[in-house]
Amino acid sequence: MIKKERLLWIYTKMNEIRKFEEKAWRLFEKNELRGSVHLYIGEEAIAATAISLLRDEDYITSTHRGHGHGIAKSDDLKRSMAELMGKETGFCKGRGGSMHIADLEKGNLGANAIVGGGIPISCGGALAAQLKGTDQVTLSFFGDGASNQGTFHESLNLASVWKLPVIFICENNQFAISVPTRQSTSVKDIGVRGKSYDMPGYTVDGNDVFAVNDAVEKAIKRAKKGDGPTLIECKTYRWKGHWTGDPEVYRTREEVSEWVAKCPIKRLRDHMIKEKIATSKELDAIEKAADKAVDEAAEFALSSPEPDTSRVLDDVFFEG
Amino acid sequence: MSKKTYAMAIRDCIAQEMRKDDKIFVMGEDIAEQGGIFGCTRDLLGEFGENRIRNTPISENSFVGMGVGAATAGMRPIVELMYMDFAYLAMDQILNQAAKIRYMFGGKAKVPLVIRGQQGIGRGNAGQHSQSVEALFMHIPGVKVALPSSPADAAGLLRTAIRDDNPIMFFEHKALYATKGEVPDDENFAIPFGQANVLKKGTDATIVATLYYVDKAVKAAEALEKEGISCEVIDPRTIVPLDIDTINDSVKKTGRLVIVHEAHKTGGVGAEIASQVTESVFKYLDAPPERLGAKQCTLPFNLGLENAVVPQIDDIINAVKKTMYK
Repeated sequence: MIKKERLLWIYTKMNEIRKFEEKAWRLFEKNELRGSVHLYIGEEAIAATAISLLRDEDYITSTHRGHGHGIAKSDDLKRSMAELMGKETGFCKGRGGSMHIADLEKGNLGANAIVGGGIPISCGGALAAQLKGTDQVTLSFFGDGASNQGTFHESLNLASVWKLPVIFICENNQFAISVPTRQSTSVKDIGVRGKSYDMPGYTVDGNDVFAVNDAVEKAIKRAKKGDGPTLIECKTYRWKGHWTGDPEVYRTREEVSEWVAKCPIKRLRDHMIKEKIATSKELDAIEKAADKAVDEAAEFALSSPEPDTSRVLDDVFFEG
Repeated sequence: MSKKTYAMAIRDCIAQEMRKDDKIFVMGEDIAEQGGIFGCTRDLLGEFGENRIRNTPISENSFVGMGVGAATAGMRPIVELMYMDFAYLAMDQILNQAAKIRYMFGGKAKVPLVIRGQQGIGRGNAGQHSQSVEALFMHIPGVKVALPSSPADAAGLLRTAIRDDNPIMFFEHKALYATKGEVPDDENFAIPFGQANVLKKGTDATIVATLYYVDKAVKAAEALEKEGISCEVIDPRTIVPLDIDTINDSVKKTGRLVIVHEAHKTGGVGAEIASQVTESVFKYLDAPPERLGAKQCTLPFNLGLENAVVPQIDDIINAVKKTMYK
């Protein structure tokens, strides 16, 4: 069960993420963005739903495909878009860019451009909470590719031994760049890997807000009770290429279309209308507001100042 | 002042700081009941309990990474690497994560993390347990690097490291653990980073040495003294930050520079120091700087072979003489 208010929050975030990513794509094509931009389109249900269960003081770690997690955790499209453009007003003052958005004030311990690199860090956040004796939980987001890194296995093992309040959320979008999971991963369902480390392992439909919610809610309860971590695999699909310049030779248009038809946003919208949780008018208003917020974020970012190059050596170390 | 070993100076400093700040905790392999295989965390488990003195599995990249995460989330972890050779297993978390978090996140994060452990020759540990790897961490910005050469320096530098809000690589030396020296009893005794120690004043040549080689450099200087050659011996104590001013000032006076360390000569810290000195005080040099370091091969097991790879006291003496065209 998700109360209407939270469901509408999830719907809002999913729309903001979708529209943010579409805008980022257009800006990239217009050369307003540099580097590579990894879009979260098609996977929005996972970040929005899981993070709807957190408080500001709870932690997340995120990935190279991290805009969605950051948007859901921080609620600040402007600073996210400004960071994508490398502006001084961005979350990282233009030093990090698309793959390194962090917001420590809101518990985002950072996106990470090393696949699997954030998993031990998320456990460190959970360890800090355990040592301080708080009831903070940490959501560790990573992809199917990361589940083949040593850090995944090492971290699940130690998190289980130490009963850390961390929830491992594997967003299985079925490809590690171009390599399909069947070529890279020994198991069909990554959720079963929880068993090796004596923790519950779930495999859920990552495009289903309710399925994601149930699993994460259970895992948070377990973590707060001091019973330790949970692994949740959310099966999903990225509609766009791995990055903005991906030739996508590894999949067919038909396969992409099948998944576009399973759009998580449309699915939630249809559900809420069918179950009379919300009217189409209400939902239209949310979509429109998301459009407006993203437009404003882009304007803010475009009109923001570039970082001062004379400050390029600042912040290598904490001074003081 | 109390006379204690280098290992006990480290242990006592950790205990003293842990009593003052409950955010400090220690994790690593065999550090709890065992007290670390070199005894640097001996008896800490009894006093601080298993929450703050944590044995880890042999998963270096991940337990170092948990230190990075815990530090970013407000704790002050001390992570022991049993051998600094094992830092290679944790390179991603040290150099891609810990070193970069503050900068990449726009200066909004602090990572107060000490990664400490021992390195070097002295126990016949061969190629994967005898290396000196500090230069790797000087090359990548974002970590500070300390190399304590005496019990007092170990205590004073470690206290600074523990209180610093940045990631620190703290390189101890296995052959120094049993050496004894006077350590101040003051529980706030701290040696600032970036402040070289001039162990011996001299006028004819400057010898810069680190870690295990500081003592050897002093011995070489004493031998040279008998031949009428006066050497100044400088231990930089930290290489990030590096107190190049003290070295430059000495070279301005002596006109000659010898740098000696146990780590490989090629691409080593000596190369960096020699370059910085030639860039800034070239006109004071009466001879090219001499660099001494391990030869460019894996550290061999056999003692004779090991000694053939790393510099000896005679090599330091000869290098000084070479700068004097003798």
